[in-house]
Order: sequence, then C-alpha cells, then structure tokens
Amino acid sequence: MVPVSYYLTLSAIMFTVGVVGVVVRRNSIVVFMCIELMLNAVNLSFVALSHYLGNLNGQIAVFFVMVVAAAEAAVGLAIIISMFRAMKSVETSNADQLNG
Amino acid sequence: MEVTESSILGLIPLCPLLGSLLAFVIGRSQKDLAGWIATLACVITFGLVVSTVFSLSEGEILAFNAFTWFEVGSFDVDFALRFDQLTAVMCLVITGVGSLIHLYSTAYMHDDQGRHRFFCYLNLFMFSMLLLVLGANMLVLFVGWEGVGLCSYLLIGFWYNNLAYASAGRKAFVVNRIGDAGFLFGIFLLYRQFDTVDFIELSTAIASNPELTALYTLVAFCLFIGATGKSAQIPLFVWLPDAMAGPTPVSALIHAATMVTAGVYMMARMNFLFVLAPYTQAIIAVIAVLTAFVAAATALTQNDIKKVLAYSTVSQLGFMFMAAAAGVYWVAVFHLVTHAFFKACLFLGAGSVIHGCHHEQDMRKMGGLLKYMPVTAVTYGISTLAIAGIYPLAGYFSKHAILAALGTTVNPYLELSLNVLMTFASLTAFMTAFYMTRSFAMTFLGDYRGHAHPHESPWQMTMPLVVLASLALFAGIWLVTTLPEYLAPVVGHAGSHHQESIIEGLVHSWVGILGVLVGLLLYTKLLSVPAALFKALRPLSQLSLNKFYFDEIYDFLIVRFLGRISQFLFKTVDQNMIDGAVNGTAALVEVSGEVARSTQSGQVRHYALYMFVATLAVLFFFVFGGKIGG
Repeated sequence: MVPVSYYLTLSAIMFTVGVVGVVVRRNSIVVFMCIELMLNAVNLSFVALSHYLGNLNGQIAVFFVMVVAAAEAAVGLAIIISMFRAMKSVETSNADQLNG
Repeated sequence: MEVTESSILGLIPLCPLLGSLLAFVIGRSQKDLAGWIATLACVITFGLVVSTVFSLSEGEILAFNAFTWFEVGSFDVDFALRFDQLTAVMCLVITGVGSLIHLYSTAYMHDDQGRHRFFCYLNLFMFSMLLLVLGANMLVLFVGWEGVGLCSYLLIGFWYNNLAYASAGRKAFVVNRIGDAGFLFGIFLLYRQFDTVDFIELSTAIASNPELTALYTLVAFCLFIGATGKSAQIPLFVWLPDAMAGPTPVSALIHAATMVTAGVYMMARMNFLFVLAPYTQAIIAVIAVLTAFVAAATALTQNDIKKVLAYSTVSQLGFMFMAAAAGVYWVAVFHLVTHAFFKACLFLGAGSVIHGCHHEQDMRKMGGLLKYMPVTAVTYGISTLAIAGIYPLAGYFSKHAILAALGTTVNPYLELSLNVLMTFASLTAFMTAFYMTRSFAMTFLGDYRGHAHPHESPWQMTMPLVVLASLALFAGIWLVTTLPEYLAPVVGHAGSHHQESIIEGLVHSWVGILGVLVGLLLYTKLLSVPAALFKALRPLSQLSLNKFYFDEIYDFLIVRFLGRISQFLFKTVDQNMIDGAVNGTAALVEVSGEVARSTQSGQVRHYALYMFVATLAVLFFFVFGGKIGG
C-alpha cells in the first residue's frame, strides 16, 4: 500500500502552495482558486487519514468542508463582482482605502 | 509683661491689603480714584495704629493669631501678630510717613497711565511692611520681608518699558535674594536648636542658654547678611543707587523711610541674640562704619540729585547699624525715625524739584530755585540741617547719640580699633553735612542754569513736605527724652541721654556746622574751587564719581561667571538636553508610530500573511510549548 505519509506530504505541499498563492497573487479570482486549493488539500488529508484509521469520521468531515467551500465560493464571487462594479478591476492591491 | 488678645490688630495690615485690591480694580476704569482709595486706606490704618498705641497700657502687649499656619511634628507655627512698643514706633512711622507719601503721590503721578497699578503696589507694600513689623515670629516677619522685596522690585521697575529701569528692579530683587538666603539660614539654625521661631519663646530660650556663643555668633552673622541685603550695607548695597530709577515717592517711602530700615528693626527685635554674639557685633560695627564712609565719599561727587540722596541713605543706614552694633538699640530706632522724617522730606523735595523743572534730575542744570519754589526750598533746607546734625534739629540728637554709643561700647573685639572707627564716623558726619549742603546750594541757590520754567508744586506735594520738615525740626527734642524709656521693655536700658544746654548742643554739632559752612562757601562764593579740587584729587575723585567701582568689581568677579553658567545651563542643559529629551521622546513616539502604521497597508494580502504567521506561532506554541516550559 501507499504509506499515509505520502498523502499527508502531498496535502501539506498543496496547502502551502495555496497559502503562498493567497499571499502573493494579486488577482482576487486566483486568490479564490488558491483558497479552494487549500480546502482541497485539507480534504485529501481527511480522506487519507480516514482510510488509514478505518474510521468514517474523516469522510463525513469532507462533506462539511465541501459544503462550506461551495457556500464560500458563492459569497466570494458575489463580493468579487461588486468589487469589480466599484473599482472596474479585481486587483486586490487597488482595494487599499482602509490603509493607515 | 501681659499679653492681651486683640482682633483689631488684624485690621491694621488688612486695610492696606484691601486698599491695594480696590485701588487696582476700581482704578483700572477710574484712574483718578486709585490714588484717593490708597491714601484713604493708609490714613485709616494710621488712625487704627494711633488708637492702638493709645489704648496700650503700661507693659501691655497686644497679640492676634490669624490662623494656625502649619504643624509639623512638634514644630507648630501660627500666623500671629504682636504689638509691643517697638512695633508701635515702627507702625507709626510706616503709616504716618506712608500716608503723607500717598497724598504726595496723588499729585506726582497724576498724569501717569499706570497710576492704578502704582497705588496698588504702594498699598501692597504697606501691607507687607506692616506684616514685617507686626510679625510675632520669624516666619511672619520673613513673609513681610519677602513682600517688601517684591513690591520694591515692582515699584522700581514701574516704568517697565524702559529696559534700564526694569533691569534696576531685577538687580534690586536679585541682590536682596542673596541676603534673604543668609537670613533663611539663620532662621533654620535657630529652629534646629530651639524648635521654635516665635520671638518671645526664642528670647526666653536664648536667655536661659547663654553659653552657645558659637551658634549665636553664626546665627547673628547670617541674620546680618539678610540685613545687609535689605538695608543696603556693604557688600549688598549696590541695588539702592540703581533703585532711583523708580518714581520719587517710591524712593522716599521704600528706600528711605521704611523698607531699608527693616534690617535695623530685625536687629532690634532680635537684640536678645545679638547681645550674646559680641564678635558679630564687632563685625557689624566695622561694616557699618565702612559703609557709611564709602557711601558718603561717593555722594560727594554725584550730580544726580536722587543719587546723592540714595548714597546718603546708605550712609545713614550705616549710622543706624553702628548704634545697633553697639547694643544701644533705642538710638538705632531713634535715628531710624528721625531719618524717616528728614530723608522722606528730602526725597519728596527732590521729587518736587524734578516735577517743577520738568523731569530734570541733574543738579548742574538747576540752581536758584529758591525764588521759584520757596516751600520746597525751605523744607529741603531744614531737612539738610537736620541730616547735618545741627542742634536742635532731630538729626543732631540721633547722630550725637550714635557717636556716643559707639564711643562708649565695651565690646572686647573692638577695643583696639575703636578710635579708628570713631574717626571715620566723625569724618562721615562732616562729609554728610558737606554733600547735603552742596546739593542744597547747587539746587536752590545761585542762578538758574537750566532751560525749563520751574514752578512750585501743588498742595498735595507741599503739605507733606511741610509736615515732615516740622517733624525734622521738633521731633528730635521730644523723642530723645521719651523714646529710651518707651522702648526699654523691648530693647533694654543700655545707653541714656543727658540733658544739655543750647550752647553745649551747638558746640557738639561743630562737625555738622563746619560741613554746612564749607559747603555753602564752596558752592555759593568760591564756585571755581570744587572743580579745581576735583581735578587736584584726581584718582580719589574719580574713585568717588565711579562709586568705588563696586558694580564693575562685582560684574568682573561674580556676574560674568554667573552669566556664563547661566548660558551653559540655558543652551546646553535646558535647550539641548532637557528639551532634546522631551522632543526626542515625542519624536520617538512619532517614528514608532510611523513604523507601526506601515503594517496597516490596506492590502488584504499582507493581512492574510500576518494571520498565517500568527497561526503558525500559535501552532508552534501548542506543539512545543510544554517543552519550552520544562
């Protein structure tokens, strides 16, 4: 069998890529994609451990995560659309009016 | 002696205080009322004093405790006033002469824009001076002491827009302060030894501990330092000639009749201490004679009429201290009173002359004013004879008594130098007569050398002159017989007076008569002689004209050094270090604020990064936290 550590490593790498993407990328749609990537990395981790431990709790958690991801995607895209209407751009670096 | 409580006593200093307030508040809008309010307050106070003096039965002392000032451990001080015979004499002089000068000032200052301020300060001065002489303990006396110093500063620099006048005021205050430091030190030493500052308690304590000579010598010396500052003796007299920058009524009241006599009063009040410090008394005698001599020598060549009178005051104060040093306090107080009369008359007369000659003060531009200002001239002449010490005017009795007291003093430290001191004192008396006659002759006799149109002054100015001149004429004979017994309960029975006939009196005043005759001769007939003498005695006369270079010496030795320290403290310490620290702290806060501000970029990415880093930190803490603790 494939050892669990491989799955967990892959999950960690995916998560890290997602985090870096959120921090570095300026296009908000790409930021959302990275957020989805992070969520999926976590999903992978849940499923791998669920199989390893022979416990279905992990897979139930995946359902929750997916529901949250879907809702969040809907709301997030709504925010991006209103942001575009206001600023004619989806660059996060343009939304800095709350600076100090 | 019995001590009676009397609340009327509290009214005596209160009246001028109220007068001061009212004169300012009402005087701001009604300028002419200020003078009358102040004068009225003074006259009322005089009335109160007179009635208090007459209600005082034999050996009775009135006391008044305004409030308990402070209690620290076993040391408690009340703001208390006490009225005994010495205080009575001082109060009569202060309020009597003060009222006359207030009346005089209503005319002298009648067109000055700041006269409401003037009368406010003048009444404030009366309040402080009365506190000084009424004080039942050294601290209340010191409050009055400081108060008169403050009012002196305010009044000398009254025309503050003139920088020279304002500087003169500052000089007076600073020099006074130096004396006050010594005075305070004396008070501290007394407190440390006896745990009290009340005069009656101190006198019993000191009388029962006569062996502490070293302490008493030191304390007496410290108190005398205070007296040199306030009463213009060497080395702290340099402020008095500069104080002539103030209006002439101020010079008359403060720098002739009252404030400068505070030192003499203090010595008389503390006589029980000085009698146990013969070494200090010897020092005081020497300084007094020296001061009298140097001041008289300076007055010989001065051309400003007020400067002559200023140096004359310093010199006469020296005489008062001679008597105090000899331990014969009634004589010192006697000279204080007679001096108040004739010196105030002289100063007010000088003011009348200045007023009549339209602000001319140089005697070389006066002359022949006898026919333009007869009342002023006659009163000035009477006072000149009085200060010269001619029988039977007041100045004769007091000066004669002083020389007698000094000559018969039994101080062991003065045995060897007594003859020298007496010679200088007699020489000073001659010079006094001479320079005063000189000022009279230059001002009132001969021909008028100026360019103004002199005229006699109004009644508010001439009436006080007449009153004071009459006192200078007649008060001496009366006081010399009554004063010694009156003051004996306070200052003891030292020294007495023996009756003398008219011939004897005139013979004893030969020094004064000689001075007057020489003065008249040189300044009416032999008019070329003074200038020739001046040139002939070149180094000495220059020394006299330049007031023995006291100011220059002080400037070189002390003032410049202090100036440099002040500059250092100002530039380096205050501006660079302290302001630097304060401003630096502000700058630091500002910079750190800027740094902190830069985290609030408004960029969501940055915030996401911060959140991530913080989460990692928390995670690390939970995973490895136990290990760090263990």
